[in-house]
Amino acid sequence: MHELAVTQQALEIALRHAHAAHATRIVAIHLVVGQLSSIVDDSVQFYWDAIAHDTIAQGARLTFTRRPAQLRCTACGASFTLAEQQEFRCPVCTAPDIYVNSGDELYVDSIEIE
Amino acid sequence: MTQRIPVVERILQANDNLADQVRARLDAAGVLALNFMASPGAGKTSLIQATVARLRDRLRLGYIDGDIATTLDAERVAAYGLPVVQINTGGDCHLDATMLSPALDQLPLADLDLLLVENVGNLVCPANFRLGTHLNVLVASVPEGDDKPYKYPGIYRGVDVLLLNKMDLLPYIPFDVDRFTHGVRVLNPHLTTFHLSALHGDGVDAWTDWLVDQAAAAKA
Repeated sequence: MHELAVTQQALEIALRHAHAAHATRIVAIHLVVGQLSSIVDDSVQFYWDAIAHDTIAQGARLTFTRRPAQLRCTACGASFTLAEQQEFRCPVCTAPDIYVNSGDELYVDSIEIE
Repeated sequence: MTQRIPVVERILQANDNLADQVRARLDAAGVLALNFMASPGAGKTSLIQATVARLRDRLRLGYIDGDIATTLDAERVAAYGLPVVQINTGGDCHLDATMLSPALDQLPLADLDLLLVENVGNLVCPANFRLGTHLNVLVASVPEGDDKPYKYPGIYRGVDVLLLNKMDLLPYIPFDVDRFTHGVRVLNPHLTTFHLSALHGDGVDAWTDWLVDQAAAAKA
C-alpha cells in the first residue's frame, strides 16, 4: 500500500528533472530498489499508470534494478545475500556475528527523455 | 532523440526534508518525540497507557494516534488527561511527515516534555517513512513468534528501541528469546531493548525510567 506514496514521489522527481532538461516526454525511468525497502514492482507500475496519466511521463517504461540485501561475516569476512544464509548465521563458517551491509536503497537512478 | 540523464535522488527525500522540519520544531520546543511501530495487536496502545500512567506526574505528555479509522485508541489514552490528536489515514498503511506536521499544530508544544506518536499497526510500511521523531520504538510481542526479525527484516533496521511485550506469556508460548534476540542484533546491533509486560507492569519501570533520562537529556 505504501507503493502509492513511493510512486508519487518518484513521479515528482522524474518530472522535476525532465522539466529542468526541457523535455517534452519521459520515455523511461530507472529505479534502484533494495530488498529491505519492501517495494513491490508490480504495485509501483500499477500506480504509475494511474498517476502519470496526462503528464509528460504518461506511458513511460519503468525499470527496477533489484539490489539484494548483502550481509557480511565479522568472523571470516565472507559476503553473502539474505537468500544464501539461514537463521542469520554465516553460510561459510556458521558464525553468528554477521551484519547487514546493504539493501536499504530506494532511489531514482536516471530517466530517459525526449 | 532519446537522452538519458542521471538523477540519483532518494525517492523519499521530500518526506525526509519535511521530517527534518518536524524535528526542528520539536527541538525548538524542547520536546522529545517517540514513534511507536508494531504489528496490530502487539500492545502499542496498552504500552502507551502503561507509560503514561507512570510518567504523567513526572513529565508533561502529549499523544498523537495514527489509525486507518476510528478514535478508539485516542479515547483510551485521552482518559489519562493529556492532550491528544487523532490522525485517521483513511486507508494509508503508515504515518508520514506530511501527516505529523499539521498534527503538531494542534498540540501545545511549548508545554510538553514528551510526545508519544502511535503509528498505524503494520510491520512493513511505517519503516520507510521518517516522521521527524527522535526515537523509533518497535513493539514486538511474544505471541507474534520469534521468527519476526527473520521475516520482516526491514522494520528492525531503522529503529532505536525495541520493547518486547507480553513477556508474561513466555511460559505458555513457544518463543525462543535467544533466536529472536540474535535476529534483531544482526539487523540492528545498536538497539536498546526492554523486556516487559504492559498488562502486568513487569519491566515497565525500567523502560519509563530510561525514558525520563532521555527526556532530560533532550532538554539539556
